[in-house]
Amino acid sequence: MADEGWNPKIVAIICNWCSYAGADLAGGARIQYPPDIRAIRVMCTGRVDPLFIMKAFNDGADGVLVSGCHFGDCHYLEGNYKCAKRMFLMKNVLKNIGVNDKRLRMTFVSASEGAKWGVVMNDVINTIKELGPSPFNR
Amino acid sequence: MVEDQTPRIGVFICHCGTNIAGSLSVADVVKYAQTLPNVIVAKDYQYMCSTPGQTMIKEAIAEHKLTGVVVAACTPRLHEPTFRIATREGGLNEFRFEMANIRDQNSWVHMHDWDGATAKAKDQVRIAVAKARLLEDLTPKSVPVEHAAMVVGGGVGGIQASLDLASAGIKTYLIEQTPSIGGRMSQLDKTFPTLDCSQCILSPKMVDAGRHPNIILKSYTEVESVEGYIGNFEITLRRKARGTRNAAEMEAAGLKGSGCNGCGDCTSVCPVIKPNPFEFGMAPRKAIYIYHPQVVPLQYTIDFDACVKCGLCKEICGPEKAAIDLDMVDTFEKVKVGCVILATGYDLIPIEDKTEWGYKRYENVITGLEFERLICASGPTGGHLIRPSDGVTPMKVGFVLCAGSRDNTGGSSKPYCSRFCCMYSLKHAHQVMEKIPGCVPYIFYMDIRSFGKMYEEFYYRIQNEGAKFIRGRVASLQEDPVTKNIYVKAEDTLLGRPVTVECDIVVLAAAIKPKADAEHIRQMFGISKSQDGWYLEAHPKLNPCGTTTAGIFLAGVCQGPKDIPDTVGQAEGAASAASIPIHKGEVELEPYFAQCVESLCAGCGMCIPQCPYKALSLKSLDDGRQVMTVTEAKCKGCGTCGGYCPGGAIKMQHFTSPQICAQIDAFLLGGLGGEQ
Repeated sequence: MADEGWNPKIVAIICNWCSYAGADLAGGARIQYPPDIRAIRVMCTGRVDPLFIMKAFNDGADGVLVSGCHFGDCHYLEGNYKCAKRMFLMKNVLKNIGVNDKRLRMTFVSASEGAKWGVVMNDVINTIKELGPSPFNR
Repeated sequence: MVEDQTPRIGVFICHCGTNIAGSLSVADVVKYAQTLPNVIVAKDYQYMCSTPGQTMIKEAIAEHKLTGVVVAACTPRLHEPTFRIATREGGLNEFRFEMANIRDQNSWVHMHDWDGATAKAKDQVRIAVAKARLLEDLTPKSVPVEHAAMVVGGGVGGIQASLDLASAGIKTYLIEQTPSIGGRMSQLDKTFPTLDCSQCILSPKMVDAGRHPNIILKSYTEVESVEGYIGNFEITLRRKARGTRNAAEMEAAGLKGSGCNGCGDCTSVCPVIKPNPFEFGMAPRKAIYIYHPQVVPLQYTIDFDACVKCGLCKEICGPEKAAIDLDMVDTFEKVKVGCVILATGYDLIPIEDKTEWGYKRYENVITGLEFERLICASGPTGGHLIRPSDGVTPMKVGFVLCAGSRDNTGGSSKPYCSRFCCMYSLKHAHQVMEKIPGCVPYIFYMDIRSFGKMYEEFYYRIQNEGAKFIRGRVASLQEDPVTKNIYVKAEDTLLGRPVTVECDIVVLAAAIKPKADAEHIRQMFGISKSQDGWYLEAHPKLNPCGTTTAGIFLAGVCQGPKDIPDTVGQAEGAASAASIPIHKGEVELEPYFAQCVESLCAGCGMCIPQCPYKALSLKSLDDGRQVMTVTEAKCKGCGTCGGYCPGGAIKMQHFTSPQICAQIDAFLLGGLGGEQ
C-alpha cells in the first residue's frame, strides 16, 4: 500500500550507552541501511516520556523506534524495564485510537551490536513501508 | 554567561576528509543551515576537530556573540569533549554545545545514497539547532574521590594492577574468589618464549602482594553487590566461610589462639579425599586443603561441601592455634573505593562439546592446561608426562591447535583466535622433546600465530628441534580400544591429502571464554560486553583499559584473549588510569541531574519508586505543600523520573522535555518548533 516515491519519517529515541553506541559501531563497520530514520539521543530509554511518542505521531511520524540496552545491561540498572512497561502502555493507546501498534517499536541493541543495529534499521523501515503513511497524515 | 535573549546559533560542519564529504554534499548542508532561523553563522571545514577548526568555533563565538554552538561531524561519543572545551574557551558555557552525528550515523551508513544522506544531514543539523536554541548554562558537579581502589581477580593481571596502585600510595583491596591469588599463571609450568618457570616469576609478585602494606588481600572472597559511582563506590564483599582464621583474623574476632600458620597438620589427619580442581581432578585433595605449596595467603581452607565435621583437624590444630572453626558462616563487609579494576580472567570452553575429539571419552585426550599440570614439577606426576590411561611415557604426542577457536560451527565453538594457544603448544612441543628423548610432537595447525617479541624466533627453534608440523584442521580423534592410542585424522593441506597419525596422547589447545561468573560481575558493575562476552573497553584502540562506566577499568583476558605480557601491560595501564582520579582527589560529573519544578509538582510521590538510586524524596514547603526534592549526589541523570512524572514537573537538565520535543518538532514539522 506504500505510495510511490513516499519515504517514511521515523523517529528513533535511543540511549547513549547501548543503542547509540551500537549505531555508531554500525557506522564504523560501514553497515548500510536506508536513511529514513532520525535519531534523538537520550541518556537512558527511561527518559522516554509517553508524551514524546504522542508528540512524534501527532507531528506526523510514520513510526517511532525506542532502542535501549538489553535487560540486565542498563547503565542505570533498570531504566529500560521501566521504558518497556510504558511502551506496552503506549502500544495499547495506539491500538485504541486506531493506529497499528507496529508503528511503535522497542528494540534492545547493545554497544557491541553494530550489525544488529543495521538489521533493526532495515526491519523497522520495511515494517513502516508496508504499513504506509501514518493515519495522522491522511 | 549568556543573558536571556534571542538565540544566536553557530553551525560548524566537518568534512572529516572524505569520510563525510565523500558521501553527502557538505556545501548544500552549509547553505541550508544558513537559512535556519536563529542561525547566525554556518561554516564548513576540512577537519573541525583540528586546531584551526576549533579556533574557527572560538572566534565565531566572540565575533557573532553566539549563544549556542552546533557541530555536525562524527559522534558525540568521540568528540563531544573536544568541542565542549572549544565552546568553553570561546567564552560560552560548555553545555551550550550540541552535536549532529552526520558521520557515524549518516555518511558511513548511507554511502551510496548521496541525496538521501544530504537530506538526512540537513534534518540532523536542524534537529541539533532546535536543541541548541534551548540549551542552558550548566555547571559540572565536582565530587571527592575515595583514596582507595579495588581489584577484582587475583591472577597475574590483578596482582600487577594491585602492586602498581599500592606502590603509588593507594589503599588497594585485592579480591580473589579462590583461597589463593595466582590465577591461571600459577597453574602453568613454563612460559613462552623464554621458558621461564611460571611459578618462579609469579611467586615473588604473589608474596609482594600478600605483604604490601597498602594491599588488603581478600582471598576466598566475592563481590556481593555494588553501589555508588566513580569516586564513591560502596562495595559489599562476601567473605566465604573458610573454616580457619589466621593470626590477624583471630585478633579481630577477639579469639584466643595464634591462628593458622599453614603447618598442614590438619590436612594430614583429614579423612575426606576429593579431586583437586587446581590439578583438574588429576590429584587428590583433603577436605581441608591448600591448592599448592606456594599459595598466598598460606592459610588452610575447608571445603564445607565435602567436610564431614569429624573434628579431627580441630583436635590436632590444638588450643594454642585454635585456627579451625567448623561452624564458620559467610560474613559480609562494606568497603568504599574510588575506582575499580576488573581482572576476572578466563575459563576453557567445554571442549567435550566437540564430540569428534572425544575429550572426557578418551582417557588420553587432554587439554593444554592439563598438560601444564602433568609436565609441572609440582603437579600430580612430579613433572613426568604420562598417559592417563596406563601411566606409560608417550613417545608420539599430538597437538590439536584451534580446538574450538576460529571455528564458526556454533555451540561452544568460538569465532575468535584465543591468541596464546599457538605459542603454548610450541612450548609444549619443546618440553616433550626436552624431557623425553626420542619423543616426537605432531602439531596440527591452521596457522602458527607467533606475533610477539621473540615469538617467531621461538617457532623457528621448535621447527629446528624436530617437531612435526601438519597444516590442517583435525577432523576427528579416534581411540584404539585396546592400546588406548589416539588416531588423529586430518587433512594435510600443504600436501593436499588426508593423513592419519597414531599418537600416544593428544593435547587439545582448547579455546577460551570469559569466566563463568563474568556476566554476573559485569552486571553488578554496570559495564558492557562485546559480542563474545568479553568486557567491552571504552575504545578498542584509544581507551583499551577503560569502560563506558566511569571509574571501572579492565585488565587482562576479561577484556579479550591475551598472553601474560599483554595482560601485565594492560594491568599497568589500568592501574595508571585508575590512579588518575584517585590522585586528583576529585572528579567532575556531568550535570544531567533531575530538578523538581516545584510550581508544577503535585507531591504525588509516584516518581520516588522510579529512581533506582533512591535520589528522590518528598519535602514540605513553607506553605505546607509537599513537593519532590532531588539529592544531586545520588542522581545519575538517567531521566527515568522525568519520563514518568505525569505533571511534567521534573526537569532533566540538558535533556529537558522542551528540548526533546523541539527536536521531534524540528524533524517532523520542518521548522524549529519549541517556541520559547
